[in-house]
Amino acid sequence: MKKIFFLISVIALIAACSSSDGETTTSNDGYDRTALLTHWANDIIIPSYTNYQTKLNIVASNTTTFTTTPTEANLVVLRASWLEAYKAFQFVSIYGFGKAEDIYFKEKNNTYPTDATGINTNIISGTYDFNLISQFSKQGLPALDYVLNGLGTSDAQIVAFYTGTNAAKYKKYLTDLVTTLNTNNDIVLNDWTSYKTTYIANNGNTITSAVSITVNDFIKNFEKEVRAGKVGIPAGVFSGGTLYPEKVEAFYKKDVSKILYNTAIQASQDFFNGKNFNDATTGPGLKEYLDNLNVVRSGQNFSDIINNQFTAIYASNALLSDNFATQISTNNSKMITAYDVIQQNVVYLKLDMMQALKITVDYVDSDGD
Amino acid sequence: MFQNYFKQYTSAATLAFFRLAFGLMMLLSLIRFASYGWIEKFYITPQFHFTYYGFEWVKPVGIYTYLIFIICGIAAFMVAVGYKYKWAIVSFFLSFTYIELMDKTTYLNHYYFITIVSLVLCFLPANCYFSVDAYKNDKIRFQRIPRWNTDILKVLLAIVYIYAGLAKLNSDWLIEAMPLKMWLPDNTKIPVLSYLLNQTWVHYAFSWGGMIYDLAIVFLMLNKKTRKFGFFLIVVFHVLTRILFPIGVFPYVMIISSLIFFEPTLHKKILAFVAKLFSVSLVVFENGKDKVQQYTFFNRVQLGFLTFFMAFQLLFPFRYLCYPDELFWTEEGYRFSWRVMLMEKAGYTEFTVSDKKNHKSIRINNTHFLTAFQEKQMAFQPDFILEYAHFLKEYYQKQGFENPEVHVASYVALNGRLSQKYIDPSINLAKENESFKHKTWILPFNDTIKGL
Repeated sequence: MKKIFFLISVIALIAACSSSDGETTTSNDGYDRTALLTHWANDIIIPSYTNYQTKLNIVASNTTTFTTTPTEANLVVLRASWLEAYKAFQFVSIYGFGKAEDIYFKEKNNTYPTDATGINTNIISGTYDFNLISQFSKQGLPALDYVLNGLGTSDAQIVAFYTGTNAAKYKKYLTDLVTTLNTNNDIVLNDWTSYKTTYIANNGNTITSAVSITVNDFIKNFEKEVRAGKVGIPAGVFSGGTLYPEKVEAFYKKDVSKILYNTAIQASQDFFNGKNFNDATTGPGLKEYLDNLNVVRSGQNFSDIINNQFTAIYASNALLSDNFATQISTNNSKMITAYDVIQQNVVYLKLDMMQALKITVDYVDSDGD
Repeated sequence: MFQNYFKQYTSAATLAFFRLAFGLMMLLSLIRFASYGWIEKFYITPQFHFTYYGFEWVKPVGIYTYLIFIICGIAAFMVAVGYKYKWAIVSFFLSFTYIELMDKTTYLNHYYFITIVSLVLCFLPANCYFSVDAYKNDKIRFQRIPRWNTDILKVLLAIVYIYAGLAKLNSDWLIEAMPLKMWLPDNTKIPVLSYLLNQTWVHYAFSWGGMIYDLAIVFLMLNKKTRKFGFFLIVVFHVLTRILFPIGVFPYVMIISSLIFFEPTLHKKILAFVAKLFSVSLVVFENGKDKVQQYTFFNRVQLGFLTFFMAFQLLFPFRYLCYPDELFWTEEGYRFSWRVMLMEKAGYTEFTVSDKKNHKSIRINNTHFLTAFQEKQMAFQPDFILEYAHFLKEYYQKQGFENPEVHVASYVALNGRLSQKYIDPSINLAKENESFKHKTWILPFNDTIKGL
């Protein structure tokens, strides 16, 4: 009898010793990650980049029109298409991995506050390399904001720069900004046609799996870009109450910061719900994943708690001025309220959701100011 | 009665077996630890270490940290073979404890268990049988030793199991089947097991079974009739935990240690088998001598210390009763109390350091100062949060901040509850100090977990 017990323990020892030490978790939660990744790639990510490309193409053709015939009317048309592209960008900002990470896609598209002085220097000198890190704050959508909205206080004054003595230089810079945006997006979008296969095949649940990378980037974007960048930093949340109204998104256009913020919230909620980019149907996504694991908190579906919080975010945004710079300067307490409401969803996503999905938070974020 | 107890003897083979097994297991554990690169990862790479209150001076010593591990490994081997035993076990206790105290990020109950076992072993004549020391010196060679020498080790094991069982007598564990309900699903790809582990009734069965096992196993092992069944349960239980959770060498340490409950004939058989491998004989140790319990002043001090030590072990885990609010939430009195696998707890922290006078402020990127492991552990333990806040204060003071204030936005989710705000964000943590007093800046739990 004793021998049998020893045999058991010896076998157990050998069996257990030969397995790994649980440093990497192997999950078998039954959720179809291949379907999830396929849906994300085909119905959300690639259509988002394609849409951004379409919008940028319109900006490019309007730029040609404007530089050929610099009139106030053409400026208005160009500016409207710029705003549409800016909105489209909010949907691709979520996916900062793969080629987008390699070429600093997000930094080149939307580093703000933009460096107006640096842009003026670039325009006059005519020599600049947009691939340099020092040039990230002198290009992209915020730089377009400056050259389309910030050169003067009226449209007439702005158009004057494109008809005056340095007109050629201003036209060149405008064209270069738009061309660079188009080129960068083409690079990422083209890469997705081949990257898609790798992406979908990486369907495990380790820290380097596609689900883990995508979810981490989604939350990183929501925490850093949407919460901190668009609201927290300008409203002085991280500066002990010192306000930075000049750090809002699209500062020179002034009245669109709320539109861009709401669009970014919408993009995040759509991704969470697995909504197709081009229509209202939903497919596999984080909501379905959580529901599949039957994640219930305080007696209700956890996915509903997150969606309710998104609703609360829109409600608090509705009380804000279209122009966040004005809102901050006149009544910042409403901005702080709006911040607290989005902060709650950051916590739900980054803490509760990650815990429920057993995904490790891995991203290395950079300094705030 | 006490006098009688101290006149009872038992075979020295039991203690010698335990010494050999303990030494070898420790040596293998240390080799495993080093081979995973954990010495560098846990003790060399981090620029900041979380220390224990009162032991802030215990820190890794750069490249010499390896030396501490080497000393510890050599000592473990010397304990195993019983060569210069007293020096070896004292060195092992000191070096192992030092390693354990270097950074509380790596705190594990089983490290603490090893520390107290090795401390008790310092007082036991574990080298009087089947050891190099006793082989060379017949004066310290004994066939029988006072019974308390092995009983005390059984009591240490009993405390671990019974206290772990008592800690499971709470509503989260028994009524909600938490945290097993969160942990067991998707834990394995073994076909039938994986199906079972997704069933709710299995989560409850594991919770209740684990509680009953912990409370009952010592009694099954003490009774000769149920001992074999008890050992069978021990093997099944620990192998299962080994398969399901990343808990390293603990299952083996417990399985092997629990052999001490068997009759000395078994230990003698094992030692005889080992002796045969090395072509030596146990006969030389079978000298018929009893190690009589002496009552010199020195002996009395030793016995007094061990009595005090055991009483401390029995009482210390209950210190949490001195603190208000929920133990799982505040973790005041949580460590060193055999609370094993009771919580699925995670946190979110965002620190801001500000200099009010000069209107300077910075949002902290934790990954600049902490490893991923440290950040994870820090996020839900108040003493970690406080120590880190003080580190940030000093760091930014050197960066030119005047009287830096440290505030934290902190949220914690515990055992399947929705996350809640954890630390009062209005509190300047730089002004708060570590102590054994209740930390008033931990926000209330707003829920109750009934039970012990």
